[in-house]
Amino acid sequence: MSALLEVRNLETYYGPIVAIRGVSLDVHQGQVVTVLGANGAGKTTLLKTISGIMDPEKGRIVFDGEEIQGREPHQIVRRGIVQVPEGREVFPLLTVDENLSLGAYTKSNRAEIARARDLVFEYFPILKERRQQEAGTLSGGQQQMLAIGRGLMLKPRIMLLDEPSLGLSPILTQEIFAILKRLNKDEGVTMLVVEQNAAVALDLADQGYVMELGRIVMSDTAERLAASEDIQRFYLGHANEGARGERRWKKRKTWR
Amino acid sequence: MEFMQLLISGLANGCVYGLIALGFVLIYKATEAVNFAQGDFMMLGAFVMVGLVNPHFLGINFWLAVPLALLIMGALGYLLDITILRSLFGQNQVAIVILTIALGFVIRFVTGVIFGHEPMNLHSPLALGDVRAFGVVISMADLAVIIVTVILTIMLWQFFQRTRLGLAMQAASQNQMAAYYMGIPVKRVQGAVWALAAVVACVAGILYGSKGSLDISAGFIGIKAFAAAVIGGFGSLPGALMGGLIVGVIEPFASRYLPAGYGQLAPYVLLILVLVFRPHGLFAQVRTKKV
Repeated sequence: MSALLEVRNLETYYGPIVAIRGVSLDVHQGQVVTVLGANGAGKTTLLKTISGIMDPEKGRIVFDGEEIQGREPHQIVRRGIVQVPEGREVFPLLTVDENLSLGAYTKSNRAEIARARDLVFEYFPILKERRQQEAGTLSGGQQQMLAIGRGLMLKPRIMLLDEPSLGLSPILTQEIFAILKRLNKDEGVTMLVVEQNAAVALDLADQGYVMELGRIVMSDTAERLAASEDIQRFYLGHANEGARGERRWKKRKTWR
Repeated sequence: MEFMQLLISGLANGCVYGLIALGFVLIYKATEAVNFAQGDFMMLGAFVMVGLVNPHFLGINFWLAVPLALLIMGALGYLLDITILRSLFGQNQVAIVILTIALGFVIRFVTGVIFGHEPMNLHSPLALGDVRAFGVVISMADLAVIIVTVILTIMLWQFFQRTRLGLAMQAASQNQMAAYYMGIPVKRVQGAVWALAAVVACVAGILYGSKGSLDISAGFIGIKAFAAAVIGGFGSLPGALMGGLIVGVIEPFASRYLPAGYGQLAPYVLLILVLVFRPHGLFAQVRTKKV
């Protein structure tokens, strides 16, 4: 079975600076795929390139059998690809309801939009309570919920989530990821989640990739990644002390 | 009664300033550029009406000409955006400022070439007669200006609140990046904002032309309107309108009660005071709330 989203040898530049250098990955229908990596690894650039905010220099992005690289963002959203941006990026002076309406901007079927709104309120009841409130006055966690809900309004075929845990407390992070898990299991929402918080991301995901300096350096099922020594050491922070209690900065990653 | 008289003529002037200021703010909010040709848009709108309505030009019925003029100006605003302004997308702010100033010059000279440099009058049915009520004489034109401005304000408010495009304009001005993520065709929406600003300027021009004589330097009241937008709080639509009204009202009162010449000066004195004491404008709180 071919993947819903295929990224092949993607290269994207910020002016003269190369941000991703030949990334390939697959996301299958119904899967949650996570891309782990530190700051500056190129994770956000990858998502921005998929959603058309940035144009790739080389490589292909194939969605449902069709090449979509280099298209305008609104054309990509129309295909059912929605990005939930890093740092929420809600419309601060608009109400929660208006923010959600904008999530369905490319949709015109009112009944469908109303159903999507009900679904969002079912998963995020707090948004229903605050629907007339301006989004800028919500707390960080509520804004993240709004950003995800706004993405759901599209009835997306795939959701690209950029660091949903950013700036949230551990408890809120758990809560958000639990909701994402339910959305995947119960609603079948396909997701590509970019994260620094490897523990929660690997717990949610089926498949994982590790990105460093613009390259994919590891890929495996989430389970095996979580168990691998590199991930344990560098992303999950388990100091799996050796016999002589070697220091972690002396240890080299296996892919170097 | 003299007070009422001054107030009403001031309000009528203020409405025109307010409408131009509205154009400034619309474009600023949507594109973060300041269109210094906004006053000249107003002047051009008035002259388009002259061209359509006046007997020695096309001589079309006034009420037929109004939608036509609005359409022409709207199309012009949109075309300017997609041809000239979009090519500067991502450039320095200064480049856009200079461009719009130059655009103002071009509009002024082209209009001068077509319509001549002599003052002329728009043959407007609004320009006839006065109304007497409560001991005050109000010219029909002033009354029309105030009524049309109120109606237009309500229509704009409804447009921003109720329509999909209006909501998209608000979204694109509040968070351009997120607007892209939502699949809003931001550039097209910005073109629509330019069109809307040109239409509003055209309305202001028709009203201005109905109030008195018109020449190609009429666009310079855009400077006063800019002051009004800053006084109201640049970035706030209600603020722009209020700023316009304040400037409009302050002028006749200053001319009446202060020594000669102060009337012209008063708006700018107020501008400086506002910039010193409330740099975000008088209606900054309004700005953080809505639109």
